[in-house]
Amino acid sequence: MSAPSRELPRWVDIGLIPLVNLLAAFLVTGLVFLAIGESPLESVAIMVNGAFGYGTGLGYTLFYTTDFIFTGLAFAVSFHAGLFNIGAEGQAYLGGLGVALVCLPLGFLPMVIIIPLAIIGAALFGAGWAFIPAYLQAKRGSHVVITTIMFNFIAAALMIYLLVNVMSPKGSMNPETRPFDVNAHLPFIHDVLAGLGITIAKSPLNLSFLWALICAAAAYAGMKPQRLIIIAMLISGGLSGFLALNEIMGAQNRLLLEFTAGYGFVGIAVALMGRSHPFGIILAAILFGALYQGGADLSFEKPTVTRDMIVVIQGLVILFAGALEHMFRPRIAHFFTKPLKTKEA
Amino acid sequence: MEWLDLIAQVSGSAIRFSVPLLFACLAGLYSERAGVFDIGLEGKMLIGAFTAGTVAALTGSAWLGLLAAVLASVFFALLHGFASITHRGNQIVSGVAINFIAAGLTAQLGETWFKIGGQTPQLTNQERFMSLGWPFAEALRRIPVIGQVYSQVLSGHNILVYAAFLAVPLTWWLLYRTRFGLRLRAVGENPAAVDTAGISVQGMRYAAVACCGVLCGFAGAYLSIAQSAGFIEHMTAGKGFIALAALIFAKWRPIPAMWACLLFGVLDAISIRLQGVPIAGIGIVPVQLMQAVPYILTVILLAGFIGHAVAPKAGGVPYVKEK
Amino acid sequence: MTSTKAMAVPPAIALAHIDKRFGPVHANKDISLEIEKGTIHGIVGENGAGKSTLMSILFGFYQADSGEIRVDGKETHIASPTDAIRAGIGMVHQHFMLVGKFTVLENIVLGAEGGFVLNSGLAKARRELERLEKDYGLQVDPDAVIDDLPVGLQQRVEILKALYRGAEVLILDEPTGVLTPNEAEHLFRILKQLKAQGKTIVFITHKLKEIMAVTDRVSVMRRGEMVATVETAATSPEHLAELMVGRRVLLRVVKSEREPERSVLEVKNLVVKDAAGTAKVDGVSFIVRAGEIVGIAGVAGNGQSELLEAITGIRPPFSGEILLNGKPLPCDPAEARAQKLAHVPEDRHRLGIVTSFDACENVILGYHGDELYQKGIFQDRRAIRSDTEKKMRDFDVRPQDPYLRLGLFSGGNQQKIVLAREIEQDPDLLIVGQPTRGVDIGAIEFIHNRLIAMRERGKAVLLVSVELDEIRGLADRVLVMCGGASPANARRRRPRSRSAS
Repeated sequence: MSAPSRELPRWVDIGLIPLVNLLAAFLVTGLVFLAIGESPLESVAIMVNGAFGYGTGLGYTLFYTTDFIFTGLAFAVSFHAGLFNIGAEGQAYLGGLGVALVCLPLGFLPMVIIIPLAIIGAALFGAGWAFIPAYLQAKRGSHVVITTIMFNFIAAALMIYLLVNVMSPKGSMNPETRPFDVNAHLPFIHDVLAGLGITIAKSPLNLSFLWALICAAAAYAGMKPQRLIIIAMLISGGLSGFLALNEIMGAQNRLLLEFTAGYGFVGIAVALMGRSHPFGIILAAILFGALYQGGADLSFEKPTVTRDMIVVIQGLVILFAGALEHMFRPRIAHFFTKPLKTKEA
Repeated sequence: MEWLDLIAQVSGSAIRFSVPLLFACLAGLYSERAGVFDIGLEGKMLIGAFTAGTVAALTGSAWLGLLAAVLASVFFALLHGFASITHRGNQIVSGVAINFIAAGLTAQLGETWFKIGGQTPQLTNQERFMSLGWPFAEALRRIPVIGQVYSQVLSGHNILVYAAFLAVPLTWWLLYRTRFGLRLRAVGENPAAVDTAGISVQGMRYAAVACCGVLCGFAGAYLSIAQSAGFIEHMTAGKGFIALAALIFAKWRPIPAMWACLLFGVLDAISIRLQGVPIAGIGIVPVQLMQAVPYILTVILLAGFIGHAVAPKAGGVPYVKEK
Repeated sequence: MTSTKAMAVPPAIALAHIDKRFGPVHANKDISLEIEKGTIHGIVGENGAGKSTLMSILFGFYQADSGEIRVDGKETHIASPTDAIRAGIGMVHQHFMLVGKFTVLENIVLGAEGGFVLNSGLAKARRELERLEKDYGLQVDPDAVIDDLPVGLQQRVEILKALYRGAEVLILDEPTGVLTPNEAEHLFRILKQLKAQGKTIVFITHKLKEIMAVTDRVSVMRRGEMVATVETAATSPEHLAELMVGRRVLLRVVKSEREPERSVLEVKNLVVKDAAGTAKVDGVSFIVRAGEIVGIAGVAGNGQSELLEAITGIRPPFSGEILLNGKPLPCDPAEARAQKLAHVPEDRHRLGIVTSFDACENVILGYHGDELYQKGIFQDRRAIRSDTEKKMRDFDVRPQDPYLRLGLFSGGNQQKIVLAREIEQDPDLLIVGQPTRGVDIGAIEFIHNRLIAMRERGKAVLLVSVELDEIRGLADRVLVMCGGASPANARRRRPRSRSAS
């Protein structure tokens, strides 16, 4: 009566249904391409090639994947605790502040000291920003969805203020900090590998990718869904903060405005698609990473397609894989449970 | 008398700033009072603004622009309904999706169709809603207080401004004095009670999200063809979320919603006035702080320090008929 | 004897060959039933016997797959609650269908407003309500907000709602589940009054005592089938129980004479306050000794919950002492467990189980750190599984599927899982709150016997229940709580057997 999901084979539940949802999203995306006068098939070819076809492209794909693993895990952890943390955006923004506050004054320290400090800084500031909504939810019952939305905007205002008035170098009109010292740059993987005598294409893929995988593995080993509101939110905020490691310490090498670029929200889609399971999240993050990188290549190759197209595709994926996830389920479930029933009889 | 003039001017611009918030806030009120959370107000406003700008530019009619904005926004509202009412999807996720689609689609289509950096063409005065000067407004301008209020605060707005403030009592009447309102509020509190009373829960909720769509269309049209002369990428700039904050601040009631939107409008107007101007005894107040005030106030309210904001009980929960 | 009457007056409701399936579940099997006009007709059966489904079909919530419904002798098609209301059928649901923030009047007109603008409709409803109140003695303030009313009055609003819509037949689904004994008595008086005015009442319950007290006839359902319909005067609780369960059930608890031994739990001058600072438990002292069951009786909401939470370490006490085996008990549930205190919470959904977890995970809940379940840093899935299977066998949990989500088990089986988890820890003190709430009659017998077995093994048991009969049947001593204090700390009584339902 109320348990059709149990009867479904596992591969249908975590494989087939998300795939069908994804196909539906891509189908509508195809229609959007037609509407702007582009061939969907050609566009797909360019995107796939852009995402996986060559070394640097693949590197970029994995770079974006890193962002999405962090924000996807962040959302999943809170989700397991029955909370809807949609404040990854603000928590990541503050995480950036944490990274900058380590990297700017301590740039003279050796890398092996700075990196752990930056990781701690990102986690502390991200978690700190999640703490107030978490506390209010736990102690005063304030709805965490709304408070985290509000905190995203408060974070944005705070960061603009800091970058415009406090942290930008004297005389500079740019709302950003000075570049970090070289010691505070997260090493690129191609450099690391080159040190070991292995040559791969240059890409912005840096060590935070490995850190993302470690976090995913830790989430898997951590196993039991967290039941404590505040702790779950702190972990979630800390994971969000790691987004800044990748973007700020690994690529931009300075703190700047809006580096979070909506990745926090994409994390929701990543977590939902990945069924809030670390392995699923890694796969979904690769998908979204490929979308980002492929979309960037597409807008480069075809001037008629702007990078906003990626946002549309993401939106459609979130819609079909997230909000409409139950749309095809009854039909698919019907198809798979019927033969089972006759067997019983 | 200069400071009186200043107050009148700030009030006038506060009203103008509060209009899109008010439309969107009332939009959210219909939806959320019926138990459908909507964080996609922002997206629907954006769609409305884009459609209004496009259609007004193509047809030369502001009214057609408004109509198109309403239709487009209702379409997305119904999409939200389709996901969250028919398919019992997560309402937050659906709202996030609509915000993404709206942000991407308006920018992409704007670029494809008009090729001027994601904007729609500049509208002439005939193609947009212009301010309506009230009779004798100019003549009364010099009379202190009454004349200033008349000519600078009340007169000189476009028709959508008046529509927004008319929508407030209308919403109040619909909500508290009609069968529709009674059922709408009931469905947001206890859908099972509505169901057993022989009323379609889904029907009520669809009606509510459709109302939400209409008002978001108005909000968007106001931005692109009344306040400005054309659509600009991401022109809503978080107004949908401020409207959401205002809705919570007003504890989901129409009259307080108006005051909340006006308050946030005043903050907006003041922050622009005060940009870089030091206040005696305080110094320069950062603009960003002023901009963050609505959000901070909302958090404080949610924390229960100023009254208690109790959301509609069945909000965010899809209705499943129990066995 | 009734057949001649039936010739003259057609039955208010006649169901013929009603059949309903939900997927693989056959909820109603070819059910026929006649309900005489102007009577109170009881329907009993265990949870899942199909009573609610049958009534939902009658009220238009579901459609029968086959069969027909006659109202007053006329065949009636009921496709929705609207149809049912039109046919003069009203329903008082187990969970009230009221909007908490609305006034009584608003709730009553909802769905029958009489026009788009409310004003005139509300005025008319107010007059009609006054008439109904007078006719049936159902006083309630039309302008009161539902949330401010006690449940008994809320139920009255539900009844008024049905009467306002012109209901001639009133279906009440488990109406006493939420009522205090006093409120229930009052409800029975109202029902009898309604009957006297010619209304027909269908009364669904699983409490046999109520059936005996208030109905004229009673129908028994078991596993989707209508087993029997009998005159109430011609039957007995034992007979009905046997019909319900399909085997003989002992409604009495048998226990041996036993002298209690050393004291296990000592509570001294315990004061527990709620968040607002009011004392919920106000200076309570008592002792529970090994080999005895101490019962705490009293109407719900008199501090029993807070007392339990304080003893089990969930809620910090304000003052007073709690000693377990002579040692002070720290306010920490995990520590309390370690000191051999087991707890079967009152509200198992809130505290005892996680319905979205499977049976295995629920069996180890709170004991997940036990060595038995560990293998290195991971959990030993196999050990957990076999342990769960053993507990399910020992406690007769059905279905015996360790990987089934707990939410899919019936209330009785969920409770057995909690009991299995707590009892098998071999605690010195077992604290049980409402052990048989939402539990079938067959399972009640099982659970009672398990509690007695704890006593026989020389364990101490503290039992809190709103079911007075349960306390009387099981407890060696009874403590009555009222307004947070325990004025009546009854002396030890002779163990006595009593009907327990």
